[in-house]
Amino acid sequence: MSIAEMANAAAGLAQFSPAPSLLEIGDSFWLSAVLKIAVVLAVFFVVPLVVGYMEHKVMGHQQARLGPMEAGPHGSLQLVADGIKFIQKEDLIPSAADKWVFAIAPGVAMVPAILIFLVLPLGPGIWGVDFELGLFYALAVGSVTTLGILMGGWASANKFSLIGGLRAAAQLIAYELPLILAGIAVALQAGTLSLVGIVEAQSTFFIPGTEINLWYLFPQILGFGIFFIAAMAELARPPFDMPIADSELVFGYMTEYTGIKYAMYMLTEYAGMVSMSALMVVLYLGGWQLLPGVPMPGCGGSGNIFDCNALGVGLGVAVTLGKIMLLTFLMVWARTTYPRLREDQLQRFSWLVLVPLSLLNLAIIAVAKGVF
Amino acid sequence: MATTSPPGVGLLKGLGVTIKQMFKPAVTQQYPHVKPDLPPRTRGVIALMDENCTVCMLCSRECPDWCIYIDSHKETVPPAKEGGRARTRNVLDRFAIDFALCMYCGICVEVCPFDALFWSPEFEYSEYDIDKLLHEKGKLREWMDTVPPPPALDEGADAPGEVATAIEKANQELEAAKAKAAEEARAKEQGEQAPAAGDAAAAAPAEPEVKAGEIDQETFDRLIAEGKSERIARSKAKAAYVKKEKQRLKEQAEQQAAAAPAAEEPKVEAGEIDQETFDQLIAEGKSERMARAKAKAAYVKKQKAKLRAEAEQAGGGDAVEAPAAEGSGEAAAGEAAPSAAPRKADIEVEGAGEIDQETYDALIASGKSERIARSKAKAAWVRKKKQEQMDAEGDA
Ligand code: SF4
Ligand code: SF4
Repeated sequence: MSIAEMANAAAGLAQFSPAPSLLEIGDSFWLSAVLKIAVVLAVFFVVPLVVGYMEHKVMGHQQARLGPMEAGPHGSLQLVADGIKFIQKEDLIPSAADKWVFAIAPGVAMVPAILIFLVLPLGPGIWGVDFELGLFYALAVGSVTTLGILMGGWASANKFSLIGGLRAAAQLIAYELPLILAGIAVALQAGTLSLVGIVEAQSTFFIPGTEINLWYLFPQILGFGIFFIAAMAELARPPFDMPIADSELVFGYMTEYTGIKYAMYMLTEYAGMVSMSALMVVLYLGGWQLLPGVPMPGCGGSGNIFDCNALGVGLGVAVTLGKIMLLTFLMVWARTTYPRLREDQLQRFSWLVLVPLSLLNLAIIAVAKGVF
Repeated sequence: MATTSPPGVGLLKGLGVTIKQMFKPAVTQQYPHVKPDLPPRTRGVIALMDENCTVCMLCSRECPDWCIYIDSHKETVPPAKEGGRARTRNVLDRFAIDFALCMYCGICVEVCPFDALFWSPEFEYSEYDIDKLLHEKGKLREWMDTVPPPPALDEGADAPGEVATAIEKANQELEAAKAKAAEEARAKEQGEQAPAAGDAAAAAPAEPEVKAGEIDQETFDRLIAEGKSERIARSKAKAAYVKKEKQRLKEQAEQQAAAAPAAEEPKVEAGEIDQETFDQLIAEGKSERMARAKAKAAYVKKQKAKLRAEAEQAGGGDAVEAPAAEGSGEAAAGEAAPSAAPRKADIEVEGAGEIDQETYDALIASGKSERIARSKAKAAWVRKKKQEQMDAEGDA
């Protein structure tokens, strides 16, 4: 019995049959578990580094600089060098800090960021588990990261850290709502919360009365915009980086952190960018499908994107990663372009603009779903 | 802007700005790999030309940080002439600048009255140990080699101070030599004509010599007719004669001077450069500015040499004839002016910037900095020229 089956059984939803993962090795539970963990950790540690390097370079060139140039060819190993540096640094704990909370807070922030990758489908068959409640799981686990941030801010015994932590909590509450409302609209249209199911639903969604296949991006462009902005705010990415706000709060909740703990927070931020982008790829950009209506080479099944051979799997993973890079590029682009909002503007924007708009979006989708 | 465009357009424009910038070349200078192109007056490090320093202590006293350390002792120089007074001279023992304290205000370079301190654009002398930022005399002297040559003068600018002074001095010596020659000539003449020596000669020593004793008949007759005594009429007529004669001689001299330009130093259009020299210097890796300045000098030199050669061929006869025509001692003083005139002009035309190539090469070969070699070669050239004039004077 797999984890998914147990979860489904617990939820009393026996009728959902999860799509099989290619990472299952025969009947061996432990071997498949090890393989899945290895894949998830590889993605967790490698892709954020690539995204980080891309951010360095894109920010550099958008600011008329070159970005890192010395470590590795064109500075491509800069973040590896940074990682080594962080490991070497002294691990300081302020004497007034709440030591245990201070020490585990980065872990509390980082572990959920790893766990999200368990359900994200990166290609045909390339996922840890296909939960029936996949979307719910991803959004719920992702929110736990904020708990780690709040703990760190509280335990540092530093006013800047505390303000940063509280801002993070306030930001999470404000933006979780539009994020979830936009996600619900997708789940409503797809008729499932399973992330694999949503990809499948997109590959078989046609404009009513025609044979034209579309991703959910097009009917739900409003929802995509809301989700994208809310995701940036959740991740505290500029221009929504009030919890860090270098010019006001030194470095927010990370002010007192050094060395490897600091690196864990940073990794969490970049892994969050990757997982949120992967989520958007799944919800709005058709997952690993190359283009709407185009069958994947070497694939069959529903929407011609399942049951792939090696070529199809490789291509599918490449397509997903490419879309993730595109979305993270958009986040970096927004970062270089816009100045940081004020805290009250941030709150006002969420409650007075995004929440009503996401409710409107949900209503439109619900009505449309009922009509067609 | 917000009033003229719908909301959100500004946000999109912002995205446009950053994405456009992304595809423009970055302005970053890859410093340790690519050296910066610094302007010549960059304040990098202070160089000391210790042979110029007279230990006047001005720099050390004016330095706002008091970071210049000077030690010296006095030496007694024996009198130059027998029975003269012994003089003392300052000898520089130590000259150090503490660049850990220096704030690069440039006041020391500014106040040094003897051109002993210079700015060099060199800036890569950071140290792991703060003590090493105290640069002693030897190190400060080494920086001298990195001091760029002074910027080229504008066209038609006055010659630089030291060169102008040297020319002035050369001219004065020439004047003195000429005066001496005239003195001798007159003395000789006076010796010859002693019996007949009239008061006129004594009255106008510097004027061209005139045979005294003659009288101007016209003036004499007029005075007699006016009823003056014979004595008065004679003496006045004598004076009139001298005046007239002098007038004639002067005119003659002027005519010669006007004819002289044939022998004068040829004038050359400045601004052209010698392409060959330029290419060669560029190939040697010199900066374009330096190469251009040198190539200009080379062009002027070449051109002058050519013109001079032509002039010698064409005007050789005149140059020989001119003095021969004057002949007698009477003309000695008159001749000095025209023949000296071209040489004086000679210095003024090419004095600035002309260097003695031989000296220059020798100094460069002995490892001196270009600047020093240049200034010494310049001095050597002026000295040589002076010598030549003295020789010419002696011949005359
Ligand atoms: S430049 Fe430096 S050494 Fe010269 S006067 Fe200023 S502080 Fe003193
Ligand atoms: S001002 Fe010039 S000459 Fe006088 S002590 Fe300083 S460096 Fe020497």
